[in-house]
Amino acid sequence: MPPEPLLSVRGLRCGYGRIEAVKGVDLEVAEGEIVALVGANGAGKTSLLRAISGVLPLFSGSIRFAGEAIEGLAPFERVARGIVQVPEGRQLFAPLSVLDNLRLGAFRRGRARTDENLERVFALFPRLAERRHLPAGALSGGEQQMCAIGRALMAEPRLLLLDEPSMGLAPFLVDEILATVARLRAQGVTILLVEQNAVAALALADRGYVLETGRIAHSGSGRALLDDPAVRAAYLGI
Amino acid sequence: MTPATRSKIALLGTLAVLLLVVPLLFPSAFHLRVAALVWINAIAALGLALLMGLAGQVSLGHAGFLAIGAYATALGPRHLGLDPLLSMLAGVFAAGILAFLVGRPILRLKGHYLAVATLGLGILVHLVVVSEVAITGGPDGIQVPRLVLFGWRVVGPEIWYAITGVVLLLATWIALNLEDSSTGRALRALHDSEIAAAVAGIDVARHKLLVFVVAAVYAALAGGLLALLNRFVTPDVASFLRSIELVTMVVIGGMGSIAGAIVGAALLTVLPQLLTFFHDYEHAVLGLAIVLFMVFLRQGIVPGLAGLFARGRRA
Repeated sequence: MPPEPLLSVRGLRCGYGRIEAVKGVDLEVAEGEIVALVGANGAGKTSLLRAISGVLPLFSGSIRFAGEAIEGLAPFERVARGIVQVPEGRQLFAPLSVLDNLRLGAFRRGRARTDENLERVFALFPRLAERRHLPAGALSGGEQQMCAIGRALMAEPRLLLLDEPSMGLAPFLVDEILATVARLRAQGVTILLVEQNAVAALALADRGYVLETGRIAHSGSGRALLDDPAVRAAYLGI
Repeated sequence: MTPATRSKIALLGTLAVLLLVVPLLFPSAFHLRVAALVWINAIAALGLALLMGLAGQVSLGHAGFLAIGAYATALGPRHLGLDPLLSMLAGVFAAGILAFLVGRPILRLKGHYLAVATLGLGILVHLVVVSEVAITGGPDGIQVPRLVLFGWRVVGPEIWYAITGVVLLLATWIALNLEDSSTGRALRALHDSEIAAAVAGIDVARHKLLVFVVAAVYAALAGGLLALLNRFVTPDVASFLRSIELVTMVVIGGMGSIAGAIVGAALLTVLPQLLTFFHDYEHAVLGLAIVLFMVFLRQGIVPGLAGLFARGRRA
């Protein structure tokens, strides 16, 4: 019997009020994988991610993480178990310094490990080290994204949920951020990646899911999805 | 020494020097009494500054907690034969419990529901102390017995000046440490974005509740000291305008600034004494002051002046 995946989602439904944004999704992420979630605007990608991190309550369905049912847990309890989200639009604490933002990411971890993790984040993003005393709101878009990812890494994620890390960034910064995602995987972080930039995301990912109006329309290896004519026509614009 | 520690020591040092210098400059009993009122109001404003400045929540019925502390100090000795100090501590405890019970369901919600709920709570407390004449003395107020500590009768404006000053110093020290702790960081974070705070692993509801309880405890402590100082409590202490005064102290001094809360309390306590000929228009002047501050010095006195000073140095 194959080992249980790190994250397994079954029949997940969620949404806002009477509007159902995700209409019964099954999804798995194995330890060490990068899994990309692509689809048009309004397909339910962000809602699905928010349901996994616990910010958005479920209508129904189950979420298992590391062999444990977690759908009843509050967001902070899921962070303690290792599910950490980099929210869409970065959501930094703008008036707080970069350093305070990073320290807040380590809220659930011990003080000793905080310093160690700070070193790790500064090694990954040397620009943040230079700007550690600036308010996070004063950073450029790319630096803010680095800070948001750095803040999530401070929590020592086992599963990193990345929501649109390339949103609003210049093309060369998009490449830089995506290269960082690959480096994180090499360091053993499992990643669930939501991206508008579907081609780049699928090229990077081990596997991918294509979401269409709240349901999974296609799934497979990143390569296979990129080569699938139906996917290419409908979502990749090639 | 980190910059945060340095500014903490600077503020506590300034406050301690001020406490020592004021009696030398203004030795009259009247001045010391006004100064003691400043320290007491500053304690209540400090708690509110933590709630408003750090966590971004507003309490519009904070005088209710002030009144609970004050009336507990008066009612314990009157009806139960308790020691006034013990009654005061019981009142502070009760205010904390009440804040917990009221805050728990409300602070799970996002937005300014706390302002509405505390508004109701403040009016309720006022109503009870006015109408329960048999217990509270109603609109006529109620006497508070003199505080006696181990046979020593605590009396005289100098003594009360010193007691309230020391309590303020301790309250400031605790507030500064709370602000500089991981809890303080968490509060500033959830003020900015509750979602981002939640996904950073912060239990948002619990932290908001914690700071609300702290604010209530600070207010009740101030109320108890006020009762002991005046040796008389009237329903005035619970009035809605009292709550607004407290909010004004925090806003004028500078939201989110511990030093600002103390400056705001000083200004709003001393100004009416200086402007006695304006007495009939006191609340109109208060309203005008808020409007002018919102237009010209939105951040409040302390952060506003600090900003001007920093700009001046750079220029």
